[in-house]
Amino acid sequence: MIQEKRGEDLSQVKSILDRYPRERRFLLAILQDIQKTYNYLPREALNEVRDYLGIPLSSLYSMATFYKALSLKPKGTYVIKVCDGTACHIRGSMDLIDEIRKLLSVSPGEVTKDGRFSLETVNCVGSCALAPVMVINDKYYGNLKPAMVKEILAGYGGIRGDWDTK
Amino acid sequence: MTGTPNNSGKTVLVCCGTGCLANNSMEIYKELKKRVEALGPGFAVRPVLKTTGCNGLCEKGPIVNILPDDIFYCRVRVSDVDEIFEKTILRGEVIERLLYLDTSTGRRVRSHKESEFYRRQLKIALRNIGQIDPASIDDYIERGGYNALKKALFEMSPELVISEIERSGLRGRGGAGFPTGYKWRQCKRVNSFPKYVVCNGDEGDPGAFMDRSIMEGDPHSVIEGMIIGAYAVGSKKGFIYIRDEYSLAVRNVSKAIEDAYSRGFLGRGIMGSGFNFDVEVVRGGGAFVCGESTALMASIEGRVGEPRVKYIRSTEKGLWGQPTVLNNVETWANVPVIIDRGADWFAAIGTDRSKGTKVFSLVGKVKNTGLIEVPMGITLREIIFDIGGGITGNGKFKAVQTGGPSGGCIPEALLDLPVDFDSLDRAGSMMGSGGMIVMDETTCMVEVARYYLKFLSEESCGKCTPCREGIRRMLEILEDICAGRGQEGDLELLLELSETVKEASLCGLGKTAPNPVLTTIKYFESEYLAHIRDKRCPAGVCRKLTSYRINTDLCRGCGLCAKKCPAGAISGKPGAPHIIDVSSCIVCGTCREVCRFNAVEVIGGRSE
Repeated sequence: MIQEKRGEDLSQVKSILDRYPRERRFLLAILQDIQKTYNYLPREALNEVRDYLGIPLSSLYSMATFYKALSLKPKGTYVIKVCDGTACHIRGSMDLIDEIRKLLSVSPGEVTKDGRFSLETVNCVGSCALAPVMVINDKYYGNLKPAMVKEILAGYGGIRGDWDTK
Repeated sequence: MTGTPNNSGKTVLVCCGTGCLANNSMEIYKELKKRVEALGPGFAVRPVLKTTGCNGLCEKGPIVNILPDDIFYCRVRVSDVDEIFEKTILRGEVIERLLYLDTSTGRRVRSHKESEFYRRQLKIALRNIGQIDPASIDDYIERGGYNALKKALFEMSPELVISEIERSGLRGRGGAGFPTGYKWRQCKRVNSFPKYVVCNGDEGDPGAFMDRSIMEGDPHSVIEGMIIGAYAVGSKKGFIYIRDEYSLAVRNVSKAIEDAYSRGFLGRGIMGSGFNFDVEVVRGGGAFVCGESTALMASIEGRVGEPRVKYIRSTEKGLWGQPTVLNNVETWANVPVIIDRGADWFAAIGTDRSKGTKVFSLVGKVKNTGLIEVPMGITLREIIFDIGGGITGNGKFKAVQTGGPSGGCIPEALLDLPVDFDSLDRAGSMMGSGGMIVMDETTCMVEVARYYLKFLSEESCGKCTPCREGIRRMLEILEDICAGRGQEGDLELLLELSETVKEASLCGLGKTAPNPVLTTIKYFESEYLAHIRDKRCPAGVCRKLTSYRINTDLCRGCGLCAKKCPAGAISGKPGAPHIIDVSSCIVCGTCREVCRFNAVEVIGGRSE
């Protein structure tokens, strides 16, 4: 399991906070910006948010665990989202997940040991006409077959084997 | 470049909806742009190049449409760009092989408007999509955009706007079909300020992307609708809540808001009237339950998105306890057209109690997947077989799922059902926001029910025990059935739990959660029984209950299955029937999919 990184550079948190008035309604947006910048919500950053908005840490944690876009653990550099919406599901998204699991030794919700990939399933990315679909960071891959996954992942620098040695 | 080509007034539309983008349409746009820019100053009338939102025909993307001749090219590749530019854009010639192939007639048609897919449709909410550049407010205005706002502000009282919407019969497109005009009137009556208008763009149903396409492809139609609504109910502030996964929609709507401000359609003294209105975008956080109106409002307030009891309606106490009108994206997009063309025009479309059109995302095992807009009252059969072109491959229709996780599966016997709010309700499903997922005989209905309950158990916010625990228990039973551990009495237990979950949950998520289970039991009971009693999955989906066998009479020994088998479980000599080694078979179904002779048969499960 990946440990929370210590001693993050918090200067960017301050500049994120500066963009928003001190009102509770901006909490979700603030947390999303932090998530985007750091790939997760560092504990120290949450402390800053608590002080800025005057909201108890417990409320921040309930937000962080409720919304899927937020995470308390670092995500991979490349976030692989396999769509498991209905259209993708009946066109074989589970086979894609099996293939990725095999190639990267990672299950949905986990991060690879080297921290480069995280695998997630999402409930529909709205590209059902291309089902099954996989999104890596912001790039969409449609009409996939399990056999195509290996080459796509190779484009991001690694499949198992050449990557164990790294 | 030689000669004096005839290029007067050509507009080239490159579809940059999510589907086409994934198929590389941005590259095509860039390549075309390079060639247009290289034309030099000698051209009096230069071709105009635009990116558009989703055309709906995602299956055939990337799409390039050339106006005014309306030449519609499908599945365009970057390597086709030179030819398109030289022949069609500069010389007006048609490239036959890129034209749309109408599957129903087998002919290529020049304009997609001549195709079966398009001919049956009627575009109101999608009126501009595919025709305009969503980033250009001028494109929107050129097609009559913001006319309705002008009419409302200067020729109509707020009261008249509301009665016009009431008379049109417009009902909420988000799923429940609540009468929009009535909702507005309720909000207007409350004498408490400020009031808010909200656009629900948290489209979370798996298999649905109507709202996404509208926000991406024609954001101004939503904004204009909201300004009109705000004027009618007396609100000065609006929010557009957009699902976190829809980054392009967030970008396009934000840009549209900026442009609307700079042209005086938003802000103080809109269009020189005394009316002020501001609107901002709120990004969702990735929680399905936030599509529920009260949960969505909690989320806008910066809280966890849990629904609340609704004995006081949001029109009285909504956002921050103030009167709030919340409508879905598609509903808002309908508003300007109704004001512009009048309630009578709108009310003449559709059925007695469901007026106008509905946008559906037609997906799954159907030939023409994509986005369609049809008049209410059209039958499911027309949608799936005429517009959708029927089932992919040699498949046979089994069911169509409507209404997302809250909806149900409708069998073949009910295909002639008219599509409107009330008919679908009576069949045990619902209109929902408009996802329509077609399933064929390779889809297991028990597994589909399991799939939806898995989804719902993850998305339940946990506030109500019947929803949080009930769905989970139902899921466990379904998982057991799919894994071959089903037993007598399971169906009765599922029905009993369904009743409690429906009855005792607070919000729509729990109240409708059992629908996928109830409709599949109602219409496909024999499939459940095959799983429970015979330990067999007739569709060949549940792996524990499936094994494959090659029918030696049908197998020609082509070897394709052996080549494609990822487990290396198939052997045989060329020309002779092949054999599957059951012990190494992983039941992935690849052999069945690739076999051209239908020689791979599904038989019951392996003994454990």
